[in-house]
Amino acid sequence: MSNPQQLRYSKEHEWLSVAEDGVSTVGITEFAANALGDVVYAQLPAVGDTVTAGETCGELESTKSVSDLYAPVTGEVVEANQDVVDDPSLVNSAPFEGGWLFKVRVTDEPADLLSADEYTEFSGS
Amino acid sequence: MSSNAPRLTALDALHRSLGATMTDFAGWDMPLRYGSERDEHLAVRTRAGLFDLSHMGEITVTGPEAAALLNHALVGNIASVGVGRARYTMICREDGGILDDLIVYRLAENEYMVVANASNAQVVLDALTERAAGFDALVRDDRDAYALIAVQGPESPGILKSLTDADLDGLKYYAGLPGTVAGVPALIARTGYTGEDGFELFVAPSDAEKLWQALTDAGTPVGLVPCGLSCRDTLRLEAGMPLYGHELTTSLTPFDAGLGRVVKFEKEGDFVGRAALQEAASRAEENPPRVLVGLVAEGRRVPRAGFSVVADGKVIGEVTSGAPSPTLGKPIAMAYVDAAHAAPGTAGVGVDIRGSHEPYEVVALPFYKRQK
Repeated sequence: MSNPQQLRYSKEHEWLSVAEDGVSTVGITEFAANALGDVVYAQLPAVGDTVTAGETCGELESTKSVSDLYAPVTGEVVEANQDVVDDPSLVNSAPFEGGWLFKVRVTDEPADLLSADEYTEFSGS
Repeated sequence: MSSNAPRLTALDALHRSLGATMTDFAGWDMPLRYGSERDEHLAVRTRAGLFDLSHMGEITVTGPEAAALLNHALVGNIASVGVGRARYTMICREDGGILDDLIVYRLAENEYMVVANASNAQVVLDALTERAAGFDALVRDDRDAYALIAVQGPESPGILKSLTDADLDGLKYYAGLPGTVAGVPALIARTGYTGEDGFELFVAPSDAEKLWQALTDAGTPVGLVPCGLSCRDTLRLEAGMPLYGHELTTSLTPFDAGLGRVVKFEKEGDFVGRAALQEAASRAEENPPRVLVGLVAEGRRVPRAGFSVVADGKVIGEVTSGAPSPTLGKPIAMAYVDAAHAAPGTAGVGVDIRGSHEPYEVVALPFYKRQK
């Protein structure tokens, strides 16, 4: 598995895209999706919600367990991926693409986000 | 065991070459899933799945009084099991608490194989050994003597037939016969834990890879896939089958678990737990304890073991197993609930999922029954 070079990563296994007009896309990594197993339910933050870096903002439920979703940055949610709500298996089949979770207008980001290479080393993936 | 290192099955290298996600299960490193557990589950329901179950604990009991020993040590009437047949039964403590649920195969007039859950194999072995005192019978730990491979699902008879001359049509559900599969000596049993037709093959560990490969080759054209323990759990849950540590524990008797039918008071001789179980049986009749029911979600959040079942703001029970059901497409659970709320269709029942009360429908078990 390879972690796309253009993304940045949190230690809670979220990825964050380069901001366009101040808006970044957030998802979970392939490593995280594989660890979860089949995702069957995604509770995503709602449009207009403020999320805070490092705090929970939703949950992903898989066959075996439920996992908190952490916001990798602080900001206002401008879109949640309805396709994932309707078909959570997208998180498994395309974690870096169609399985993205939400878009956020970033107001603040932590200093410790990882590069692709750093995340690969961190996750052992 | 003195070492804490996980035990590996004879198929360990093969699982890794297939890219399995492994998990620790009762001290064994076992395949959790190879790809999508949902796809594995559906393959067993519609085609076939191949499982490594070598963690299960085989104990052989032999001797002129093997049957008498097992009748004394277990709650079932094991002496009445015909040669070549198998029986689902339990081993209880003197106070009636369930130590484990078991399948006992009668291999010969004076030879039985007891198959215990991996997590309880040592407990069962110790109890049988202790209870064998005074009987002309030998209890032998055969955990290392067998690998166990299961092929389950509607295509499994066809797959197995292509690899054996054994009379599979004459092999009924809960029967077992010695035979040869793909050139490998095997005890062929028509048992399983999936709610589908299928077979469990007990073979020497040194033959396990050869058998697995032959089953893979024969089954792949009809859709057989390797399956991990994750889908085994959702398959048994849909089939309403209890799992030790969840629906069955030492603090419950078989009557509390709705499985009083496995206790045979009418058998000859005394057996461990008889007096306590007789009391438990009357108690269950006069003043029913909680009842094991099925719950089907109206929403999409999944109940998990230990979650409270609620009605009118009060806790009326506890979830013992829960998972998203691939067949129903909804979350399902088994739960013990107060008898007043146990009837199918009882209104107003919910599960407390992290503080929010999600509505659930009470249904009779099982959730899924195969069309025969």
